[in-house]
Amino acid sequence: MIEFKNVSKTYGHTPDAPKALDDVSLSIGRGELVVLIGASGSGKSTLLKMINRMEQPDTGTLLLDGQDMARMPVRELRLRMGYVIQSVGLFPHWTVARNIGVVPTMLGWSRERITARVAELLSLFDLDPAAYGPRYPHQLSGGQQQRVGVARALAGDPDVLLMDEPFGALDPLIRAALQDEVKRIHQASGKTIVVVTHDIDEALRLGTQIVLLEQGRILQVGSPLALLSQPASERVADFVGRSDVGIKLLSLQGVGSLARVGAPENAPSLPISATLREAVSALALHGCNRLNLLDVTGSHAGVLHAADLFKHSRMGAQKGIEGSTHHA
Amino acid sequence: MLKLNHAWLGDKLLWATLLLAALVVSLPHSEPLFASLFPQLERPVYLQEPFTQLLWQHLLLVAVSAAASVLLGTLAGIWVTRPSGRAFRPTLETLVSMGQTLPPVAVLALAVPAVGFGELPALIALSLYGLLPVVQGTITGIQAVPGSVIQAASGMGLSPWQRLYQVEGPLALPVWLSGVRTSVIINIGTAAIASTVGAKTLGSPIIVGLSGFNTAYVLQGAVVVGMLAVVVDMGFERVARRVDWAR
Repeated sequence: MIEFKNVSKTYGHTPDAPKALDDVSLSIGRGELVVLIGASGSGKSTLLKMINRMEQPDTGTLLLDGQDMARMPVRELRLRMGYVIQSVGLFPHWTVARNIGVVPTMLGWSRERITARVAELLSLFDLDPAAYGPRYPHQLSGGQQQRVGVARALAGDPDVLLMDEPFGALDPLIRAALQDEVKRIHQASGKTIVVVTHDIDEALRLGTQIVLLEQGRILQVGSPLALLSQPASERVADFVGRSDVGIKLLSLQGVGSLARVGAPENAPSLPISATLREAVSALALHGCNRLNLLDVTGSHAGVLHAADLFKHSRMGAQKGIEGSTHHA
Repeated sequence: MLKLNHAWLGDKLLWATLLLAALVVSLPHSEPLFASLFPQLERPVYLQEPFTQLLWQHLLLVAVSAAASVLLGTLAGIWVTRPSGRAFRPTLETLVSMGQTLPPVAVLALAVPAVGFGELPALIALSLYGLLPVVQGTITGIQAVPGSVIQAASGMGLSPWQRLYQVEGPLALPVWLSGVRTSVIINIGTAAIASTVGAKTLGSPIIVGLSGFNTAYVLQGAVVVGMLAVVVDMGFERVARRVDWAR
């Protein structure tokens, strides 16, 4: 749905200025959750900002659904795209409800429809509309502010959601909760989402596709699994981390994939939505080799054997993890 | 269960306004008081024009010149914070600051040969003199809007005009208003000097008193001008409390 064709961009006018983007071609499919990752100065943010034309390419073209974006009216383009930034940027003089309603208002929705949409979005992010709608941004915590920021970006039901280091300023617990929420929204809505981050764990956790950038060039594009198991170069392997690739691989897979049918054992239990990484942690913590798995209602759903886990991983490493499924 | 609301009793603005009104109405009838204070003076109370009329003309002069300062200053301040006018910001700030360093009497003296005596040179001098605080307030207020808010506004699709009147304007309003407040208060004092070029203001008793060694006239004019400044300042304070979004 979004295509970059030979896009280059240089900041500054000196001939030796480093290129922010150097002949980048990239295709983002509809419904993907694409994570742009790289160190600072890699061009990831510039790439994102070109999608809503906050930045213009020096050379090359961007296509949206096959149409040249440079010929589209900027305002209409932006109204079709949600935009979330790290510093949130809520309007401090407006209530939370009015902040969320800004794009629907510009789209000319009726008052009733806007009110309903605001309430729907606040509920989606576990904020009581009656309590939080009339508040001002400074009366919210950092995590709540960014929830409102994401809600505001989603309010106009955009085709594309752009997020520029959305959770970088939040503490780890809240960041993880918000990552889960974004993932949930992506799965429920099927929206195309593009996220910029410098945190490889966030990229592995969120992305269906990861784009790894360095100094304005793309090093590798691929699924989290592909990036970990088949790094295209030494640079990629360095970036995803060598020593704990095994642990990261475990975090991509759910415990359900290794569950054995069997009666509950005398062992600690784990929700079936947990990852293999959490299972390893639980096994090490309790010093045991079996775990009971529980489904969402809390009833028994199988047993996990430590032996399966390590046998599977070892085989996976040898075979390039063929056949392992990617669980959300 | 009769409970009267006595909140107005604590209203300082109301009391100050009443005091100002009482002052201008009673001054022409205060001959015994000033005769006892200044026994050597033949005419101890300024009676050439009623103080009510002087107050009205003073207010009119300030209102018209302040309106000109606010309109020009705000537009100029907005312009130099837009991409199209950004390059002119240093020039504008220098120009306006230079205007402020000239003493108002000098501006008046320069305006008289150009436009003659009367209200017009006073209006020109006062308008120019009141520009700086308004321009500064506008620029400072708009500059103080967080970059993240501007970025979010543009990225969501607000047009430059919507961004100005929905986001930058309201957020800059408190700082802008304090600039306007300073401008108007300065003008109330400076308007008194306009009497030297023939405009009738509350400065007239002061100027006449100074040239005729009549301290009572000076005192009467000064007290009323001072009281007027206090009342207007209190009024601004009340408005400022209403427009402050960061309650």
